[in-house]
Amino acid sequence: MLIGSAIITGLVLLLLTLAWRSGPNRTGNERLWIWGLGVGFTMSVLVVLVAYGVWVGERILARADGALRVAAHAQQWGWEFTQPGPDGTAIVTQGVLYVPAGRPFDIEITSSDVIHSFWVPRLGGKMDAVPGRVNLARLQADVPEVLEGLCAEFCGVGHSAMRFSVVVYPEGDFPDLQADVFGPEDSP
Amino acid sequence: MTTGSQSKTGSDPLLAVAESFTPNPQQRALRLHKELTKVWTDAPGWRGTLTSVNHTTIGLRFMATAFVFFAIGGVLSMLIRAQLATPRGDFLDTALYNQIFTMHGSIMMFLFAIPMLEGLALWLLPKILGARDMAFPRLSALGYWCYLFGGLIIVLSLLGGVAPDGGWFMYTPLSDKTYTPGINADIWLIGVTFVEISAVAAAVEITVTILFCRAANMALTQMPLMGWYMLGTAAMMLVGFPPLILGSILLEVERAFDWPFFDVARGGDPLLWQHLFWLFGHPEVYIIFLPAAGALSTLIPVMCRTTILGYGAIVAAVMGLVFLSFGLWVHHMFAVGIPHMALAFFSAASALVAVPTAVQVFAWIGTIWKGRPQLHLPMLYALGFFLTFVMGGLTGVMLAIVPFNWQAHDTAFVTAHLHYVLIGGFVFPMMAAVTYWMPLISGRRRIKGLGEGAFWLVLIGFHGTFFIMHLTGLLGMPRRIDIYPDNPEWVLPNLISSIFSMVMATGFALFAFDIAMQFLFGRQSRRNPWQADTLDWAMVLPAPAYNFASLPMQGPKGPDLILPLARGEGLLPGAPRGWRELLVVDPGTGKPSHVAVLPGNTVLPLITAGAIGTLVGLLLAGLYWLVPLALGLIVLAVWRWGDIMGTTRDHAAVAVTPDLALPLHWHTRGSLAYRGAVATLVADGTLFASLLFGVAFLSVVAPGWPAPASDLPMLLAPLTASVIVLMLAFAALAARRAEDGRASPHGQLWALLGTAAGCVALLAIAGAALMLDDPRQHARDALRGILLAYAAVHAGIATLLGLRTWTDDRHGRVSLGRRGTAPVWRLWQDFAAVTAAISALVITLQEIA
Ligand code: HEM
Ligand SMILES: [Cu+2]
Ligand SMILES: [Cu+2]
Repeated sequence: MLIGSAIITGLVLLLLTLAWRSGPNRTGNERLWIWGLGVGFTMSVLVVLVAYGVWVGERILARADGALRVAAHAQQWGWEFTQPGPDGTAIVTQGVLYVPAGRPFDIEITSSDVIHSFWVPRLGGKMDAVPGRVNLARLQADVPEVLEGLCAEFCGVGHSAMRFSVVVYPEGDFPDLQADVFGPEDSP
Repeated sequence: MTTGSQSKTGSDPLLAVAESFTPNPQQRALRLHKELTKVWTDAPGWRGTLTSVNHTTIGLRFMATAFVFFAIGGVLSMLIRAQLATPRGDFLDTALYNQIFTMHGSIMMFLFAIPMLEGLALWLLPKILGARDMAFPRLSALGYWCYLFGGLIIVLSLLGGVAPDGGWFMYTPLSDKTYTPGINADIWLIGVTFVEISAVAAAVEITVTILFCRAANMALTQMPLMGWYMLGTAAMMLVGFPPLILGSILLEVERAFDWPFFDVARGGDPLLWQHLFWLFGHPEVYIIFLPAAGALSTLIPVMCRTTILGYGAIVAAVMGLVFLSFGLWVHHMFAVGIPHMALAFFSAASALVAVPTAVQVFAWIGTIWKGRPQLHLPMLYALGFFLTFVMGGLTGVMLAIVPFNWQAHDTAFVTAHLHYVLIGGFVFPMMAAVTYWMPLISGRRRIKGLGEGAFWLVLIGFHGTFFIMHLTGLLGMPRRIDIYPDNPEWVLPNLISSIFSMVMATGFALFAFDIAMQFLFGRQSRRNPWQADTLDWAMVLPAPAYNFASLPMQGPKGPDLILPLARGEGLLPGAPRGWRELLVVDPGTGKPSHVAVLPGNTVLPLITAGAIGTLVGLLLAGLYWLVPLALGLIVLAVWRWGDIMGTTRDHAAVAVTPDLALPLHWHTRGSLAYRGAVATLVADGTLFASLLFGVAFLSVVAPGWPAPASDLPMLLAPLTASVIVLMLAFAALAARRAEDGRASPHGQLWALLGTAAGCVALLAIAGAALMLDDPRQHARDALRGILLAYAAVHAGIATLLGLRTWTDDRHGRVSLGRRGTAPVWRLWQDFAAVTAAISALVITLQEIA
């Protein structure tokens, strides 16, 4: 997409240079400039782009196919995650999300105060945490590693520090838990 | 007489169209100039500052003030860049940093861009359309004072350390009372709304001026493209600002009185704010872009010694943009959790706006192709626009693609895109416009070299700062953060951005210096220095207060027009009656219809703005019990404005040309005041429609519904509602009878009856207010409170207009030929009755369901 943009920019600037150089020609071809370039060219680029966008967008939608469910709950200024623990029962963690590699999962995103936004740049997809709503996103991490995530909607003085990490573990090999783990019943 | 080379019939270009108008006899240009100057010029000294209503003065004042705010916003952006230059910048703490970027964005959008284009419109439109002033000179002045006072409140809050800090779009709940307990958010909501009075005023005025105050016989389809662009802009402002104003009122009421419009626990929804904000916020981008594009369409053909390519296609593109821009607001909300089909639709619509934009860009390039481009300074800025804007538009299309948007939303990539569009699409064209029209403003030539220097500094500084921010964003840096100690990969690009931003700042300073030098030391410019053929250049330099000693007509063009017009051969020469006179034409054909007498210098706009300012101050201070006092002041001031609609005697028709006499505005029904009232009601109706949207949105989408059963009294409530609606409808009937029976005891009686009915309706509204459930209980009840308040305000205004009609009638200020206030009363009364009936219906439906 970046390359495409660069090419179009270059094309427009090239036309501009040529226009500057060309001697005066009193008439000017309205059909060519307005319909050919203005409408025709622009429309064709757009149709391709939008179609591609909708197609890719479809893939990151949550679907009812029994995929793994995890939850992210935001409040000023931190994240609390609910996910299956080492023995498969749900556990609640602060600031760290555990997901298996190579398996799609749906994440439920909620907030208890202001609007935040769940974003793991390397996983793509970003979804706002809006009070009173449950938003769903489908994500997938392919290889075991630790990813950085952050809050992407301005949420007050703690906004820039509202980070978290995502621990992607090999399926069936749950890593040692770090601190801040609760059972579901004593989640604050 | 100079001989016009273009004219077909021979010597005098005005004679060339003699079949439509007989020219007026030639007079001495100097005598006319003196006569007109006496009538049109501002009062001398500081009194002139306070009382001027002239469009040239007010327009320049708007632009100069906007530039000062641009400088303030610019200083704030330098603070931001200084803070971000290093990963642990510690010279601003987070709280202060939040205030600073919020203020930077808000100042640039509300106190720089919008007022700048309003100023350009006010200053330029009458000149380029061939008129002597805007349709409502006092409204121009009122708008200016509201802008200045509101802007001062906002900027002073920064000095007090209580500036808004929730980002320029003020999302709730962050901006509500719980999460922003201080006055910061109130300053934004109330201050910006105060400033927006000037935007709505300007929109009303621009619309009416373009439609009704053009040169004689200039059909709509022949007007300069600038007219079309500004018409599109004004239409978008009339429809775009009301949702924001409504949103601000609702949020302020929630903050002040705990009415839960946005609180999910009580039936509200924070997403309602986002919808209302972006319903305004997206058109806003095009509101800013269109006038800038208008300037380009005006100056590019002149700089290329040719005519614009594809006039019709450009007009269609402008209309297309106006229409499409209202289908786009949701694209700012792709990440809030919107159904996928809706996403696809808005994604396509967002991409589609690229088409009218591309049409314009290619039309401009085609114009350059067919002409002989000359690299004057305005053209240099236009080229800067091309380079920058095309890149900004492309990143915009990228952002419109949903998956990419999820990736880049709220990162430095967005900051970069936004500045490519705003600085590329607005600041560069505005610099082109200012340098293009500068000779007309100052009457002088510029000093060579300074402008070119400024251009290169700004261009290099800009791209150095913002190009790299695309990259920073793709590296994952979010916007609105003040430190990034754990991300060494962001350090270098940020440092580069910060260094180049200083280069850009130097460029802007040099630009300002260039303008100042031109005023002080520039040599006298010759007339029409660019050899343009639009009417704005058909006058001496600098532009005189009255623009044209006699008015031009459609047809003859070019510099040869200056002399015949100055000698009074055009329409309506001089100011023989000692009044400021304006030719009013038919909106479609431009056929002259009547002559409006405009108000002269007056302090009334300042006093009115002061009264509104008092209200604003009281609201900010929370002194709600004093509010009626301020409202009284406003009513008193506005009452005085209405004087213009009536006079105590009949006036003879005025000779416009030797064989065309036209009535004065008192003798027509469709006066400018009436047209202005219609335009105002378009904005007002949009406000009401946004309110209904709010009701519908919350009842369908918000989680906390259905609301608990209401306690409205079974019988009394419907009864009161019927009384309100019936009384307002009866008053509407009375307004008709009063107009028809004007200047007779009969008519007077009807006016009195109508006013009385209005008073009964107001009492009934007060009664209904007592019956409502506690508005703090649920959003439904809060919305009902607002619907009732809306009815009260409109019934109140209509009733005052009825009272005005009655007093005018009693004092002989109407006659068979003069209708006075009655037509405007009738209009408002109809509107009040219809909106009240709709509100009653909505509440009834809620109760039944
Ligand atoms: C004079 C040169 C300018 C510089 C160096 C500059 C710099 C910046 C920077 C660095 C930010 C990001 C702040 C952050 O996310 O932490 C920003 C935000 C912004 N700027 Fe500018 N800017 C300039 C001119 C303008 C102009 C002319 C406009 C509008 C006409 C504008 C409108 C905005 C807006 C709306 C924001 C978003 C504020 C927010 O996030 O609430 N800027 N600017
Ligand atoms: Cu957050
Ligand atoms: Cu945040």
